[in-house]
Amino acid sequence: MTTIAHLIKTFTLWEFVKAHWLTLQYFFKPKATINYPFEKNPLSPRFRGEHALRRYPNGEERCIACKLCEAVCPALAITIESEPREDGSRRTTRYDIDMTKCIYCGFCQEACPVDAIVEGPNLEFATETREELFYDKAKLLDNGAKWERAIAANLAADAPYR
Amino acid sequence: MSMQQDLAPTTGDEVIQNYTINFGPQHPAAHGVLRLVMELDGEIVERLDPHIGLLHRGTEKLIEYKTYLQALPYFDRLDYASPMAMEHSYVLAVEKLLDLEVPIRAQYLRVLFAELTRIKNHTLNIAHHIIDVGAMTPPLWLYEIREDCMAFYERASGARMHAAWFRPGGVHQDVPLKLLTDIAEWLDDRMPRLFEDAMSLVVDNRIFKQRNVDIAIVSKEDAIKWGFSGPMIRGAGIPWDIRKSQPYDVYAKMDFDIPVGTRGDCYDRFMVRVEEVRQSVRIMKQCLQQMPEGPVCSDDRKVSPPKRAEMKQSMEALIHHFKLYTEGFKVPAGSVYVATESPKGEFGVYLVSDGTNKPYRCKIRPTAFSHLQAMDFMSRGHMLADTTAILGALDIVFGECDR
Repeated sequence: MTTIAHLIKTFTLWEFVKAHWLTLQYFFKPKATINYPFEKNPLSPRFRGEHALRRYPNGEERCIACKLCEAVCPALAITIESEPREDGSRRTTRYDIDMTKCIYCGFCQEACPVDAIVEGPNLEFATETREELFYDKAKLLDNGAKWERAIAANLAADAPYR
Repeated sequence: MSMQQDLAPTTGDEVIQNYTINFGPQHPAAHGVLRLVMELDGEIVERLDPHIGLLHRGTEKLIEYKTYLQALPYFDRLDYASPMAMEHSYVLAVEKLLDLEVPIRAQYLRVLFAELTRIKNHTLNIAHHIIDVGAMTPPLWLYEIREDCMAFYERASGARMHAAWFRPGGVHQDVPLKLLTDIAEWLDDRMPRLFEDAMSLVVDNRIFKQRNVDIAIVSKEDAIKWGFSGPMIRGAGIPWDIRKSQPYDVYAKMDFDIPVGTRGDCYDRFMVRVEEVRQSVRIMKQCLQQMPEGPVCSDDRKVSPPKRAEMKQSMEALIHHFKLYTEGFKVPAGSVYVATESPKGEFGVYLVSDGTNKPYRCKIRPTAFSHLQAMDFMSRGHMLADTTAILGALDIVFGECDR
């Protein structure tokens, strides 16, 4: 009996018929793909994207030049130089991240005791030249200003787990 | 010798020598940067010589200059198709050297995500095996599963691939509240539906069988001799699984079966992987059912950093935070070899510590390396087109093979 069934299946190309029927069903289902630049997948609050240096609400830089991020960075992508400011507070004079070296492990934001350096939700920072990816302090602070609202919301959402 | 002589008209009864071709290093079916130098007699492979090392990044040497925490993200980048499985071996090795207790919830989370990684890896490999032998639709459906896995990765760790989520002492952060219920729903409905639909297109398909059945038969003896592990040795019919034989984390509490092949051909290796995905779903469901509450990382402050709120309040916690993120933790002198059942097979980490904060030596035992060396004897006598099926069933990733 099984051999007869097998023969019938062989000669009617049964597995192809079955497969075509299944793919036909999928043909009328909603698409799994999205229209990328206009539609995007949701990101979790933990997403580790482009770096940003944040400021306090009163405009003061958060970074106190403790250099923990520089020390923990496995790829040695961060370079910091610091000096006391006129008012005596310790601040960075140079804060560079080589985004071509960065491996986006998130250790810098984990190490930062004041939540100054964070990896924000931005993932669309491709450039035309390599040099544009050598971020300096101005660029990072600018990122911070641009993304502050999203970063603050993400940090607040993730705070219970940190 | 002049060219004129070579091009002289022939009588037509000369014997033509075998010719040698390059397969790769930029061939889409080479699964990365593999160069196979093939000696062909017509279309029959006479000899095959895999050339590796094109993706060598010196990871082992690099790790000697990193603290134990800093070395961790480099493990994600070994087998980039199953990142958390790579971290698993490393954190277990470090924990063994430290003799560190891991909270039970962290162990469950690790097993849960190690199995998610297995699904992620196997769907990729199954998809590429299918695509290598000429089908297109199943890979597209399997990529939907993989995309879901990446979304879960991202919600837990913040990265879709290079998670750096397993840490010595546990995992980095607890999973967000809704993630576990979402994974449970996914396992109940979407995942099996997509997977079984995709599999129903190929497993009984006559073209797929013609390309895989009786291709590259490996006997049990050969499988042991060539140092196979994972689906490769199980495909040959030996029920060898480190999760069963030397259980780590909470695998001892899990109830699952080890699929084995009967003939040891490419089709068996493929089907072993298919069944392993189903078994992974079983293990993940058990993890979710048994998931205990509690901390997710060791509270040994000499190894794992304090919580953020604590760090902002307590001076001692702040000092621990600074010490751990600059100097790292010191590991007692000694050496340890820890192997885990990564999706591709036995992935081992041999760590030698000299008592400082950096590993003295870190030897990585990749699975792809021992599987790839068998490529020659497996391909001999088969057609040129069969090498893609053989390579697809090997499941190699060059980040891991070349290190």
